[in-house]
Amino acid sequence: MTLEKEQKKNNLQKVYEVIKTMASKPSGLIGLSILLFHVILAITSPLYVPYDYKAIDPSLMLQAPSSEYWFGTDSLGRDVFTRTILGGRTALTVTFFGSLIALLWGGALGIFCGLVGGKIDDVVMRIIDAFLSIPWILAMLLIVSLLGTTTLVLIPALGFFYGKGIVRVARAATHDVIAKDFIVSARARGHSNLSIIWNEILPNVRDAIMVEGAMRWSWMLLGFSSLSFLGFGVSPPTPDWGLMISNARGLMSFAYWAVLAPIFGLSSLIIGINLTADAFAKALGIDRSTKAPV
Amino acid sequence: MDSAIQIINNLTIGFTSQKGKQISILKNISTTIKKGETVGIVGESGSGKSTLALAMMGYVKHGLYTISGECLFHSNNLLEMKNKDLENIRGRKIAMIPQNAGQSLTPNLKIGYQIDEALKLHTDLKKEERDKKISELLNKVRLPSPEIMAQRYPHELSGGQQQRVAVAMALAGNPELLLLDEPTTGLDVTTQAHVLELLNFIAKDTGTSMVYVSHDLGAIAQVSDRVIVMYSGEIVLDGPVRSILKNPIHPYTFGLLKSIPKLTSPGLPDSMSGSQPQPGTIKTGCSFYERCNLAEDKCKNNSPTLEYIDDLNTSVRCFKYKELINVKETNLDIVKSINNDVLQNEILDISKVSISYAKQKFIDQLLNKIDDSNPTVQDINININKGETLALVGESGSGKSTILKSIAGLLKTKDGMIKFDKDKVLSNDLKMRDPGFLRAIQLIFQNPDESLNPNHTVEEIVSQPLRLYFGLKGDELKQKIIEVLEKVRLGEFYLTRYPRQLSGGEKQRVAVARAFAAKPDIILCDEVTSALDVSVQAAVLNLLQELKEDFGTTYIFVSHDLAVVRAISDRVAVLYQGRLCEIGPSKNVYQLPSHPYTEVLLGAVLEPDPDVKPKLVAEDIVEEMPPEKGCSFQGRCPRILGDICKNEVPPWQIGENGNSIRCHIKVEELKKQQNIN
Repeated sequence: MTLEKEQKKNNLQKVYEVIKTMASKPSGLIGLSILLFHVILAITSPLYVPYDYKAIDPSLMLQAPSSEYWFGTDSLGRDVFTRTILGGRTALTVTFFGSLIALLWGGALGIFCGLVGGKIDDVVMRIIDAFLSIPWILAMLLIVSLLGTTTLVLIPALGFFYGKGIVRVARAATHDVIAKDFIVSARARGHSNLSIIWNEILPNVRDAIMVEGAMRWSWMLLGFSSLSFLGFGVSPPTPDWGLMISNARGLMSFAYWAVLAPIFGLSSLIIGINLTADAFAKALGIDRSTKAPV
Repeated sequence: MDSAIQIINNLTIGFTSQKGKQISILKNISTTIKKGETVGIVGESGSGKSTLALAMMGYVKHGLYTISGECLFHSNNLLEMKNKDLENIRGRKIAMIPQNAGQSLTPNLKIGYQIDEALKLHTDLKKEERDKKISELLNKVRLPSPEIMAQRYPHELSGGQQQRVAVAMALAGNPELLLLDEPTTGLDVTTQAHVLELLNFIAKDTGTSMVYVSHDLGAIAQVSDRVIVMYSGEIVLDGPVRSILKNPIHPYTFGLLKSIPKLTSPGLPDSMSGSQPQPGTIKTGCSFYERCNLAEDKCKNNSPTLEYIDDLNTSVRCFKYKELINVKETNLDIVKSINNDVLQNEILDISKVSISYAKQKFIDQLLNKIDDSNPTVQDINININKGETLALVGESGSGKSTILKSIAGLLKTKDGMIKFDKDKVLSNDLKMRDPGFLRAIQLIFQNPDESLNPNHTVEEIVSQPLRLYFGLKGDELKQKIIEVLEKVRLGEFYLTRYPRQLSGGEKQRVAVARAFAAKPDIILCDEVTSALDVSVQAAVLNLLQELKEDFGTTYIFVSHDLAVVRAISDRVAVLYQGRLCEIGPSKNVYQLPSHPYTEVLLGAVLEPDPDVKPKLVAEDIVEEMPPEKGCSFQGRCPRILGDICKNEVPPWQIGENGNSIRCHIKVEELKKQQNIN
């Protein structure tokens, strides 16, 4: 019988299977490879950078790519290749933890609102709507200028602003299951709200929230780089793509290499995350193409 | 054979599985639809009956394809036709009536416009002629005042009326063949009987051939001339309706008929074991082998062919049909009578309960105004004894599920009191209820697909009440889960399964196991068998009865199916618009004289017997709201007396058989009137 085949798998096996399904399509495989490449690069790059990323040498200003300086040098004579392969480290760390925070608070609040409903839900959702109406970049600039640009400020601040959308997704996903009889049944048995959330709702909305979180990650990466670009993200001389693009953009007409390399780094990572998130959604059986992101 | 309008030859339709295997959904189907004939196709879910009906329109669902065979409509093979040519046939020559008309009508277009669209597509009539034709069609399907009806939107019509509109649209192109896919499933009993009667009339009036697909043998019996029984993608029996339903010579049909509860023979019907095999699992032998009582070795290894028997004008796919030819029809009526140990010990006392869905307005709340709106459920008084099975019966909107929800604490009552075990008052608010009372009252839902968490294994599902109420852990918990599962005839083997890996019947067993794991005193069953196939329904009913005998549990059983209620209940309460009409021991309620509403309901029950026609007493109207005053049934009552019914709430009277009837008409008078008709 077919029933015997699908025995309960343990979680590790499930993860393995999801990744296998993701990698079975070319787009998923490409996305996963790009993402993996960037993560490995971010972890290991300090071990093999050819030059010191902050070594300024006016005599080497704006050198074109050569066998010595693969991606050329920037306006302060720093090696662009060195700075490019180091440039994703902060961005990846900040946005990874940022989206994790967004996922956690957004998911928790969304499920809670969906379950409780009524006045509490109304009030919370109106507050979220109010925050959604504020351009996040202005609010971020305010926070950063008040509290500084350390990672410890950036992670929670980004996490907060990118979690608002997740609240809506989690709430909508909760509404989908809340009317089902198994929730009614759990209520009638007398389970507590917490137990209902943990046992009955979470397993059914987890996938949707995780996919949404993965998408938010790539958006947050773009957002973080924008902040750096505006000078509110990472402070110099720490190498960062957004900052590098910002510094070199004025010289683009005659030193294109100093802009192109970080642009390539940033866009490839975003494309990688996007492709991975899409493949992830498909592997979990959620079709993003039919659901508009909130 | 000039009278044949559709010939299906050796049709096999299937799909390719992920592993590249070709799996057939329909296997070598051959049949002929003659002009003016109504053919009923019966089978349980997954038997391929809908796929066959769609193939008759030249449509094969996405993912499926024709493996071999043909479907000839006037000697054109529909399955090889181009879409352009099919467009000229669909609607004009072959029309389809879908299961849920409410969903197939466009919600924002008027009825008249939608019929006009069909007419524009399928006829060459001019505007004025079409307008006339719309009224004509609406008249034909017996919708009152067609001109007004044409100006309405679909949501302004009742389910039965929507279905009539769907029939009118199908008739717009004057089709030669009408395909009906479960057209009355989901309708109330009385509405169903009316729609079937209409279909019968149309078949005679227009001479259209009909193919009626249904799982409901009762409905099939009313409309068909010929019946095709399908099992696992094969035709197992094909013949005239009388011979098939009265003397079924295939063991599957025999078992199916036996498992239908009937009004005429109270008691639990026999159930068939097992379930229909999944497509692609049967390689050799008869597909019914595993569930067949007559099976022998020959059946396991050889596939029987469809054999035509001249005497009976019937084709049958069975080696052993001869054994069934001489079985008399009375054998179909053997049932286990139920015998419950009812103690004269009140376990639940529902007194003067009213429930209202209306929300108090904010201003009224501020002013502390008392909500005086007409409640959805009013003045319910029922006492339930320990060990009893009480059934709540009524059509949709009768408030039966609402009452169940308030007993479970899921819905607040507006007035009245529910007392448990003589003197313990059950709180209105679920959160205020004593956990002991919550444990004592458990619910089983209609649809196990919704009541079981799809992401939990059977073990997790059954463990929930055990952990919550008894705090069991570890091995002890597992032992107990296995014990409970064995009670519902599921083995240890099921522990690690997810609901999606189980069949409908197995899922409902898990739901039953979860309810029984709490060791409840009362189990509330909300339409527990309506989502199940007939053979599975009988098995679940039998299981519930056995468990009850073992544990002495009290059941409150909500159903719209009077035959099921007759089979399992000791006492029946009939509800209309949230008001009690009649209550009493079930054998008495099912006997006349009874409340006019009970009479209407009983008259509309469809028996799987072509010679028993439903009696249509009342008009087919659906009321949205209960009347402000007077009798709840005044709007539809065929025996209405006049103003007294409209102004005064009728008194309770004790009927001749000991049932309580709430009616202004005296019982003697009722008896006289009901015996005359």
